Amino acid sequence: MLKFVVRRLLMLVPILIGLSALLFAWLRALPGGPAVALLGERATPESIARVEELYGLNEPWYVQYGRYLSNAVQFDFGNSTRTNRPVTEEMARTFPATFELALAALILAIGIGIPLGYLAARHYGRWLDNMSVTGSLLGVAIPVFFLAYILKYVFAVRLGWFPTQGRQDPRMDAEHPTGMYVLDGLLTGNLDASWDALMHLVLPALALGSIPLAIIVRITRASVLDVVHEDYVRTAEAKGLWERTITRRHVLRNALLPVVTVVGLQAGLLFSGAILTETVFAFDGVGRFVAEAISNRDYAVLQGFILVIAVLYVVINLLVDVSYGLIDPRVRVR
Amino acid sequence: MTNDPTRPLLAVRDLGVSFTRKGAPDVRAVDGVSFDVSPGQTVGLVGESGSGKSVTSLAVMGLLPRRNVRVDGRVIFDDDDLLTLPRERMRDIRGRDMAMVFQDPMTSLNPVVPIGVQVTEVIERHQQLSGDAADKAAAELLDRVGIPDPTRRLREYPHQLSGGMRQRALIAMALACRPRLLIADEPTTALDVTIQAQILELLKELVHDSGAALIMITHDLGVVAGLCDTVHVMYSGRVVEGAQRRELFARPRHPYTGGLLASVPRLDAARGTPLHPIPGSPTDVLAWPSGCAFAPRCHHRVDACTDGPPPLENIGGRSLRCVNPLPTTEEVPA
Ligand SMILES: Nc1ncnc2c1ncn2[C@@H]1O[C@H](COP(=O)(O)OP(=O)(O)OP(=O)(O)O)[C@@H](O)[C@H]1O
Ligand SMILES: [Mg+2]
Repeated sequence: MLKFVVRRLLMLVPILIGLSALLFAWLRALPGGPAVALLGERATPESIARVEELYGLNEPWYVQYGRYLSNAVQFDFGNSTRTNRPVTEEMARTFPATFELALAALILAIGIGIPLGYLAARHYGRWLDNMSVTGSLLGVAIPVFFLAYILKYVFAVRLGWFPTQGRQDPRMDAEHPTGMYVLDGLLTGNLDASWDALMHLVLPALALGSIPLAIIVRITRASVLDVVHEDYVRTAEAKGLWERTITRRHVLRNALLPVVTVVGLQAGLLFSGAILTETVFAFDGVGRFVAEAISNRDYAVLQGFILVIAVLYVVINLLVDVSYGLIDPRVRVR
Repeated sequence: MTNDPTRPLLAVRDLGVSFTRKGAPDVRAVDGVSFDVSPGQTVGLVGESGSGKSVTSLAVMGLLPRRNVRVDGRVIFDDDDLLTLPRERMRDIRGRDMAMVFQDPMTSLNPVVPIGVQVTEVIERHQQLSGDAADKAAAELLDRVGIPDPTRRLREYPHQLSGGMRQRALIAMALACRPRLLIADEPTTALDVTIQAQILELLKELVHDSGAALIMITHDLGVVAGLCDTVHVMYSGRVVEGAQRRELFARPRHPYTGGLLASVPRLDAARGTPLHPIPGSPTDVLAWPSGCAFAPRCHHRVDACTDGPPPLENIGGRSLRCVNPLPTTEEVPA
C-alpha cells in the first residue's frame, strides 16, 4: 500500500513539469507578451522596457524557463501584481479558508447525500424517492451563484438565521493559528468563535455543496437499486441475517464503490466552484482571491492557483484509489 | 421438532405466484403447486428453464420481492404457514431451520467481504456463538465441505476461490446451523462437469449425515436419478407429474416426463441408442386456462387436451395432470 502511495505521488512530478511548461508558454503567448499583459494595453514603451528588464523578459526563453523552474521548485511564483506580495504567501493565507469551506460542503454533501440516496432507493417509486430525484435534478440544474444569492437573500437577509457574509464576526476576538476558523476556535478553547465561524460556513457550504449533493444522491440511489438485486444480497437474506447487517455489510459496502469515485471527482471541482460562492458571500478564501486576480489579470496568482489545483486533483485521486482499495479487495494492490 | 415420522416437515399446498406489473397482464409463474417433504427425505423438482422451479423455492423461503408479487396458497413448516408468518419470525427460520444453495457461486458471494465473515455471520446470527468460537466453527465447516487449509481460506475473498470452492463455501454457510430443510437450486449448473459430480456427491453425503431434508431443483433427470426419493415434474408453472423416483423412471405417465426421460443419456442403454429431445421450445406453451400447456409440443395430444385445463389427479400414489397419459406398459416412448 505504501509503495502504491509513493508511486502515485511520484506521478505528480511529470504532471507538474508538463503543466508548468504549459503555463510558461501560456504567459509568453499572451497578446503583446507578459509585460503588456501586466501593464495593460495603454502601457508606454518605456514602462514595458522597464518591466521586461525587471522580470528578465528580454533574455532568451530557455534562460527564462530555467529560472522559472528553479523558482517554482522553491515555491516562488513571483509577486501578485495587485497586492505586491508573494503569491505563495497569499495562497497560504487564503487556502485554509477555502479548504474549510470545501470540507464543510463535502461533509454536507456526503452526510445528506448517501443516506438520502439510500432511502430513496429503498422507497423506490414512492414520494420520498420522487422528491429526491426531482430535488437532485434541481440541484444540478440551478447555477451555483444563483443558488448562493437565493440562500443568502432568504436565510440571511430576510430570515436573519445566518450571517450574510464573511467568515467570522470581526468583533469576535479570535486567534487563528491554522486559518481554519472552526478548528481554531476549538484549538484555542474559544467555542463561541468556533460556533460563529460554523454559522458563517452553513450557507456558503450549502451553495457549494449543492451539486455534489445532488450527484451523490443520484449515484447512491442508482447504485443501491442495482446492488439490492445482486445474488449475494439474496444469499444474505437466505441466511436470515438482520436487516441492518444486510444493509451495512452487503448492500452499502458494494453500493458505495461508484459513490467514492464520484465524491473524488466532485471534491476536485469544489475549488473552482468556490470562486463563485466565495464572491457572493464575501468569504475571504482562495476563490475570492482568484476571482479578483482574474478581473485584474494577475497572472502570477492564476498560475499559482492552477498549479495548486493540479496537485489537489492528484492527491484527491490518490485518496479515491486508496479508499477504493480499502473497500474492494479485487483492486487492492499486492 | 416433530416426532411423528408420517407428518411432513414441509407441506406446500396450492402455491401460486403472480408477478404483477402496471399496464401489463399478470404473469402467473407458479400455479397450484402442491407437494410434501418428509423429514430427511430428498425431493426432486424437475423441469425445463422457465417452468417455475426457482420461483417456487423462493416462495417457500420467503425470498420473493415484496413489491409487484402476489403469492397464494399455503406453505406449512412446523405447523406454521410461512406465507402468513411475520417477516421477523421468517428471518429467524431462514438460515437456521431452512437454508438454500443457489445456482451461481460466482455471484452468490459478496465480493468485498472475506469468506470467514460470510460464514460466521450466519453462525453468530442463529447460534449463541461469537468471536473465536464462531471462527473455529467456521473453520470446521469449511473443512467438512472439503475446503483445504480452512483457516487461510477464511481470510480470503471470494475472487481468490475457484467456482467449485465457492459453491462448497456456500454449502458450508447453508448447513452451518444444521437446518432441517435444504433447498438446492441447480447447485451444479454453473460448474465444470468434473466439479459437478463432486459437489453432488458432497451434498448427498452432508444431507445424509445431518439428516436434513433436501429439495433438489434441476432440469437434469440424471441428477435426480441417483439422489431423490420422490420427484415432481413441473411444466409452465404447474406440477404435471409426481411420484416415487423408481415409479416415475420406470413408468412415466405424462408425455412431458416421458420426453424428458428419453432425452437423458442412460448408462444402462446400449451404446448408440439415439437420444430424443423434446421437439419445440419451452416458450411454446398454451396458457393453462385454455388447456394443457404442453399440448403444442406433445406427440400424445388429443382434442380433449385443448378443451380446458387438465385437473391434477391422484392415481395410486402418483399425481398426474394429463387427459391422455402414456399407457402404463410403455417404458420409454419413441
Ligand atoms: N421477477 C420476475 N418478474 C416477472 N416474471 C418473473 C420473475 N421471475 C421469474 N419470472 C417468470 O417466472 C417464470 C418461472 O421462472 P423460474 O425462474 O422459476 O424458472 P426456472 O424453472 O427456475 O428456470 P431455470 O431453469 O431457467 O432456472 C419464468 O417464465 C419467468 O419469466
Ligand atoms: Mg431457476
